Amino acid sequence: MTAKLYTGAEMVVKALSALEVKYLFGYPGGSVLDIYDALFQQDDVEHVLVRHEQAATHMADGYARATGEVGYVLATSGPGATNCVTGIATAYMDSIPMVVLAGQVPTTLIGDDAFQETDIVGCSRPIVKHSFNCRRLEDIPNIIAQAAYIAKTGRPGPVVVELPKDILMPTHKAAFNIELDVQMRSYNPTVKGHPKQIKKAVKTIANAERLVVYSGGGIVLANAAELLTELVETLDAPVTNTLMGLGGISGTHKNFIGMLGMHGSLEANKTMANADVILALGARFDDRVTNNVKKFCPNATIIHVDIDPTSISKTINAHVPVVGLVDIVIEQLLAELKETNFQKNEAALKQWWQQIEGWRSVNSVSYVPPAEGGKIKPQQVVEAMYKITNGEAYVCSDVGQHQMFAAQYYPFAKPRQWINSGGLGTMGFGFPAAMGVKMAFPDSHVICITGDGSIQMNIQELSTCMQYGIPVKIISLNNRSLGMVRQWQDMVYGGRHSSSYMESLPDFVKLAEAYGHVGMQINTLDELDSKLEQAFAMKDRLVFVDVLVDEKEHVYPMQIRLGAIDDMWIKKGDKA
Amino acid sequence: MRRILAILLENEPGSLSRIVGLFSQRAFNIETLTVAPTDDPSLSRITIATVGDDKVLEQIVKQVNKLIDVIKITDLTERAHVERELVLVKVLAMNDKSRTEVKRIADIFRGAIIDIGKQIYTIELTGDADKIAAFIKTLSYETEIVEVVRSGCVGIARGEKALKV
Ligand SMILES: Cc1ncc(C[n+]2csc(CCOP(=O)(O)OP(=O)(O)O)c2C)c(N)n1
Ligand SMILES: [Mg+2]
Repeated sequence: MTAKLYTGAEMVVKALSALEVKYLFGYPGGSVLDIYDALFQQDDVEHVLVRHEQAATHMADGYARATGEVGYVLATSGPGATNCVTGIATAYMDSIPMVVLAGQVPTTLIGDDAFQETDIVGCSRPIVKHSFNCRRLEDIPNIIAQAAYIAKTGRPGPVVVELPKDILMPTHKAAFNIELDVQMRSYNPTVKGHPKQIKKAVKTIANAERLVVYSGGGIVLANAAELLTELVETLDAPVTNTLMGLGGISGTHKNFIGMLGMHGSLEANKTMANADVILALGARFDDRVTNNVKKFCPNATIIHVDIDPTSISKTINAHVPVVGLVDIVIEQLLAELKETNFQKNEAALKQWWQQIEGWRSVNSVSYVPPAEGGKIKPQQVVEAMYKITNGEAYVCSDVGQHQMFAAQYYPFAKPRQWINSGGLGTMGFGFPAAMGVKMAFPDSHVICITGDGSIQMNIQELSTCMQYGIPVKIISLNNRSLGMVRQWQDMVYGGRHSSSYMESLPDFVKLAEAYGHVGMQINTLDELDSKLEQAFAMKDRLVFVDVLVDEKEHVYPMQIRLGAIDDMWIKKGDKA
Repeated sequence: MRRILAILLENEPGSLSRIVGLFSQRAFNIETLTVAPTDDPSLSRITIATVGDDKVLEQIVKQVNKLIDVIKITDLTERAHVERELVLVKVLAMNDKSRTEVKRIADIFRGAIIDIGKQIYTIELTGDADKIAAFIKTLSYETEIVEVVRSGCVGIARGEKALKV
């Protein structure tokens, strides 16, 4: 019996179904119509039609962040593919596993400036983990399997697969062969930490008197939150999270000293600055954390654990580098601590914690509530949101002041609960990301916390939500301005609000209604809780809550530019 | 410091562009770059001569290694190695005097005259970067250089050590 033969388009879909792909986020066009035809004739893979390809990438990204699985995108050649670029870059900066299938003009026309031809592999080269120019239909299944494997292993990241139209068309067929157990001679992601380095790390930890654990998005990506908590409790060390690492340890854990960095807590930044040993776990010493690298923690011995060797000693020199998957390395550290009969240095710990409590008592992450009848403070909205959702919601953020308020005032109990574009800072990310999360977890509260600026960067997806019934809750902290820009202009540019004021904002309530959803506006503090409760009670409806907040509020604390990590403004005109 | 990096990678479309792209994206320096398939046609070998301090070099090696289709990278300059570059030089050889001089210099440097035109000699020479620089400089004292093409350097470790899969 001869093997059944398939078209390239059928192979694409069959490969996705072999990989157990549930959702494919995309938008059709000439070069991928054969794939759409193949999708139409099966039920394994559900296609979700967005309204803009950028949103497809963010939806896949949100889905991936919440589930830990690979997110899949399909776009046509040319403009469809280039519309994905921002989403690919967003996923790349935050190490999110994603596969983007992009159509291409027929191989016979490549290079001719054919209609809707762009070299998407070239365009995306600096922002992908890897990419494939697929040129033969027989290669399609294994290229897709390899793309998925590369996307999710090691340090995860986006992978682009370019599929020319002529290898997808019904004119050519071939047998379908796929190797799901991918082996590549050129790619073996290191997994275990080197035993010698583990020993060195534990020795350094055991001799520390002022240890701090600084953990990042790697903990979330590696599902290492429980291990991190165990390690922190074993050492009784203070632990701080990066913006990407929030939820890596519960935000209410007694050892948690808050987020660090530009808008981190004073205690987190002070603890870093005064530590004698910094244990960095799945974090990359980003410039939004370190502030001026030349002034960064000069007295600390740095142990840096990361799956990606390029992250180690890139910006800050590591004294004890450990390359490995962070979950496995923490297990190794715990085993070695046990092996060497680690005993806490109680006296040193007591002193260290006393010092930290001193910084904590400044209560740097705080705000002044409005006077009677005054405008709602944005922080109050986040606090109300936290209360009503029991701290259990998925919170997907856009970019701006609202993002920082959410990070500061919603203590995340679990990893993957906090979803934001930390590395690229992509306005327009939050809403489609929330949609992807809601598709993965339809029974959970999923919030998109956004601003009047950001929400308009992908607002068209209100239509997608209607089509597929995706009842996310959009909470817009409407300050009638590009708040974060305005804050910098207030602080650095003499209060000249150049193009940071949003004139002619739409009526968001009516806009939501026009798309068939529920719109709500909150103007005063006394209706904040009740209206939010109402919104969350509408489980099956998308509710757009437009909250008018105080436009003058700034995000504090804030690092002083070019200073050390702990040089901070606590509030307006008040230095730490 | 000048370094010579040898890279073994999958011989696939796009592999080279990823290397070149990486260098420009991260503002790493490329002095010379050569690429060709190895005895195993599924593999390419790239030699890059670059300059940078230790920190930059560490990043270059790590970043190149991180590319999915790179199998191995090694810094040849860390150990004993042989470095060679091929140069073809076209010079004016208008009269007996200059012809004799050019021939003499070529002989001293163990170069070979590989083509002769009416008033032009073309010389081929291999050597390391210093030798080639010295050769071109010496020639320029005696005659006018019309055209120079250099292959970029290739290198290999001395002794047992080999860069292979
Ligand atoms: C796509 C994109 N363009 C520009 C920026 C620069 N930027 C950062 S925050 C911000 C303002 C965001 O305004 P809004 O969404 O209303 O949030 P707010 O700061 O007011 O809470 C801008 C323009 C960005 N991060 N992303
Ligand atoms: Mg705003």
